[in-house]
Amino acid sequence: MKNVEDAPESPALGSSLYALFVREMRTGRRIGGGTSLGVVFFLILVTLSAFAVGPDLALLGKIAPAILWISGLLATLLGLDRLFQADHEDGSLDLLLTSGTPLELIVLVKCLAHWILTGLPLAAAAPFFGLMLDLPTNQIWSVTLSLVAGTPALTLIGAIGAALTVSLRRGGLLFAVLILPLCVPVLIFGVAAAGAGADSMVPFATPFLILCALTLIAIAGAPFAAAFALRQTST
Amino acid sequence: MIDESAISAARAACGLIIMRLSASQLTVERGGRTVFSNLSFELDAGGSLTVVGPNGAGKSTLLRALAGLLPLAGGTISRTPLSGGTLAEQAHYIGHVDALKGLLTVAENLVFLAAMLDAGHGGMPVETALAELGLSHAANLPVIYLSAGQKRRAALAKLLVVKRPVWLLDEPSTALDAASQARIAEIMAAHLAQGGMIVAATHAKLGLPGQELRLGAFA
Repeated sequence: MKNVEDAPESPALGSSLYALFVREMRTGRRIGGGTSLGVVFFLILVTLSAFAVGPDLALLGKIAPAILWISGLLATLLGLDRLFQADHEDGSLDLLLTSGTPLELIVLVKCLAHWILTGLPLAAAAPFFGLMLDLPTNQIWSVTLSLVAGTPALTLIGAIGAALTVSLRRGGLLFAVLILPLCVPVLIFGVAAAGAGADSMVPFATPFLILCALTLIAIAGAPFAAAFALRQTST
Repeated sequence: MIDESAISAARAACGLIIMRLSASQLTVERGGRTVFSNLSFELDAGGSLTVVGPNGAGKSTLLRALAGLLPLAGGTISRTPLSGGTLAEQAHYIGHVDALKGLLTVAENLVFLAAMLDAGHGGMPVETALAELGLSHAANLPVIYLSAGQKRRAALAKLLVVKRPVWLLDEPSTALDAASQARIAEIMAAHLAQGGMIVAATHAKLGLPGQELRLGAFA
């Protein structure tokens, strides 16, 4: 205990961020099923697409990467508008703002918890839903890998929208209108990586590396944008 | 009773005492409307300021501005000594809402607050703080199951769990029963006795000994 008090800021910063992470995981898991609900929503979107396209297996297999990615995108953004809104309503955002912990790191930790509870389960479920869509077997892993690499970018871009709409009661639609266009680059390279198989023109690595780069850019930039928006909108 | 020796030892260890807090010519605007202007006050260590006034006079706005949650349109807030981060990081702000997560238990909420707000400045263990406020039996209940008064007491427990020299309290006694109000008054008196400062906005009688600031009379 004495050592912690004597040490400079960093251990306290680490422990406060860890406490925030634990809180986010706990609240996320306790809200109505949390993880499983996102996966069920993903399943419903995939199933609806299959019904809409019809029983043409060849066509379905061909567009399966796109269906999985659009469904994954929508399922990731589901509930993301509440990322800061819940904290804003119950007053804990004021507390986070006065905590002395950099807001950018708070945003990053909240996004990490959201991704673990939403993005990661989606990527884990994607191979099974891919089978439902007659996805070629050699593309199952490329779809899963592209979702693992791409969904963090979606969460982080969504955090900017969540911060901008934090004080709006019914900000869900505005959130989607703001954020979905910004997700286009991730979607393009995500589907390109997911669809890269034996018969495609480009190798898997080319779009996949660009997708990874987009995620890294989002990790580096989005926390600053979201924190700036939070400071503006909450005051 | 509060273990005062432990608290003062922790305070002395980190030197977290503000000697003087002064606000001069404060002006705050919200949505293009001036809520109050040219408001000044000074507080010394151990001093308290009770902010009174009719609804909409700007009591909560003043507290939020002091907590750094609203920008000042004019005026300055200064303090001596100028160390230990911003005023917001040395102040507890308790607003209208209780800032507790409904799905977490009372103890989980306070453990989180202690880790989030406390940069190693000391404070009471969570169990002791809950016992001080008569909430020990509810420690492991999710906050959504608590009554309004119990929630308020859980929110006030953070004052004890994390030591900060300035308390900015917005209607701290809302929904509290008579016994709890007396308990809060004791806790506030103990805080002042240790050289803390309290700025409280209220309609009720809090029994704070210090100055009174009446808002809205000239607005």
